[in-house]
Amino acid sequence: MTQTNQTAIQEKKKPLAIRMWKERWLYVFLTPGLIYFIIFKYMPMWGVLMSFQNYQPHLGLFGSKWVGLRHFERFFTEPEFWQLFRNTLYIAFLDLGIFFPLTIILALMLNEIGREMFKKTFQTLIYVPHFLSWVVVVGICYLLLTTEGGTINELLASMGLEKINFLMSESWFRPMIILQMIWKDAGWGTIIFLAALAGVSPHLYEAARIDGAGRMRMMWHVTLPSIRSVIVILLILRLGNFIDLGFEQIFLMVNALNREVGEVFDTYVYRVGMQQGQFSYSAAVGLFKSSVGLVLIVIANWMAKKFGEEGVY
Amino acid sequence: MVKETSIGSRLFDIFNYIFLGGFALVTFLPFLYVVTSSFSLTPTLFPREFNLDAYVYIFSAPTFVRSLLISIYITLLGTAIQLLLTVLMGYSLSYKHLPGRRLILLMVLFTMVFSGGMIPTYFVVKSVGIMNTTWALMLPGAISAFYLIILKNFFQAIPDELKEAAKIDGSHEVGILFRIILPLSLPALAAFGLFYSVGIWNQYFSAILYITDSSLYPVQVLLRQVIILTQGSIGDSTEIESVPEYAKSIKMAVIVVATLPIMVVYPFLQKHFAKGVLIGSVKG
Repeated sequence: MTQTNQTAIQEKKKPLAIRMWKERWLYVFLTPGLIYFIIFKYMPMWGVLMSFQNYQPHLGLFGSKWVGLRHFERFFTEPEFWQLFRNTLYIAFLDLGIFFPLTIILALMLNEIGREMFKKTFQTLIYVPHFLSWVVVVGICYLLLTTEGGTINELLASMGLEKINFLMSESWFRPMIILQMIWKDAGWGTIIFLAALAGVSPHLYEAARIDGAGRMRMMWHVTLPSIRSVIVILLILRLGNFIDLGFEQIFLMVNALNREVGEVFDTYVYRVGMQQGQFSYSAAVGLFKSSVGLVLIVIANWMAKKFGEEGVY
Repeated sequence: MVKETSIGSRLFDIFNYIFLGGFALVTFLPFLYVVTSSFSLTPTLFPREFNLDAYVYIFSAPTFVRSLLISIYITLLGTAIQLLLTVLMGYSLSYKHLPGRRLILLMVLFTMVFSGGMIPTYFVVKSVGIMNTTWALMLPGAISAFYLIILKNFFQAIPDELKEAAKIDGSHEVGILFRIILPLSLPALAAFGLFYSVGIWNQYFSAILYITDSSLYPVQVLLRQVIILTQGSIGDSTEIESVPEYAKSIKMAVIVVATLPIMVVYPFLQKHFAKGVLIGSVKG
């Protein structure tokens, strides 16, 4: 170890150009990826300037007229602004308040299963839906819930009840979203917790048992504290990303009749930008969304460090 | 786990098995329903007949077969490209003394917290000239910054001595990567290959955004159309619109086919992925 450290220090003393030439192959390996990041990640960040313009595709970024903050002013005064905000917060609340705790509970319960075979079987079964596309998940949901021969509605009708138009109703939108999220990803969400749980020392349980703790108490006093940092880190990740949450799912579920409760920032950007051609305005909405997301992540990470957990970035 | 026999503990176990069993069952039932329904003319959970009409119908529809082939093509080629790019970049960044490494890592990390957004990205894709080509389904998301970092950490965990030894033996950098590092990393590569391929196979929105030529639609877009926009007919044919029950079997069959590749690779790679993913994600 000290030897490699010494060579590293010696390396540092050589001129930069020589050190770089020595690693020329690594730079060759690096180049395609770097080009990817520049083109598809950094050029759009530059292109975001269009939100301060009246961007017209044939004029480009250099030819279009600058309009300052006009698009932002418009967005903040649109009634949609608060609607998008409210809907996004609602879904984030469902995610953090229902989905996230459920993954922890599922992980704890899986962890309590003594027989390895059962545990593996459960895991195998509940991980599967994570790999299905949202199109498939929403598609199955449609086939079950549509009023035109949907299975659930046929069932309701055969029991003499009235059919419910789940897919076109505002009040059913959020329950459907959270149920789909749970069905698709709750099982998968346990995976990191389970890995952390596998690392808990058996001595801790042994000690707790000698102290007379039952299984619930052990869960509360041994298991949960030992995955606390994982919980905090995952919570931060979700908090920081909540503004991006479930876009494709919502995009597939939202329609003219439930837009009032279903529309979120990205679906709005798509509708106004791609379908109505208001490029600059929708880019401004997107920029606002990305900026809020960035601030959220920074705050969340700072909070995590305050709480004494290791930050994510 | 330690064997316990107290009544409370027993009750706990019983409740636990019922809860998890219920959850697994609820997860599994919709699948079963879709699969059995696709093999019969009326939707059902318990098959009374075995009927392939729905499959015969979809596989004789040129639109469907074409979109299936496009999905297979972009998944195979796209996974290869994405995995290669990620491996090459991750491997280079795993060298701690590489000049410029910190800057590049910072640049990668920043893309995880900030993006230009949908509309500017759309115009970049347009100006690069890959709009309405299958490249638009493989390149814009080619490297996941998240996978890249995990893979980098994974390579970093491989002892330096191994690379040094190979260097002394006169191996070339390319040789070291492909003959020593990659064979050691097969489980991780399998896991990331799976994630990338599932991502490409499942992608829907990028196709909506970047593809307007319906002859280039991947199977997910077609599935969406079959389920929502039409009464189960594929493409121009309207022959079965008068038979709604049969149309439902067709939709189920399309779901099954659009899911099948994932089900096929899932058990095959399942034993790898949990391990491969977690090696790196525990921070390094």
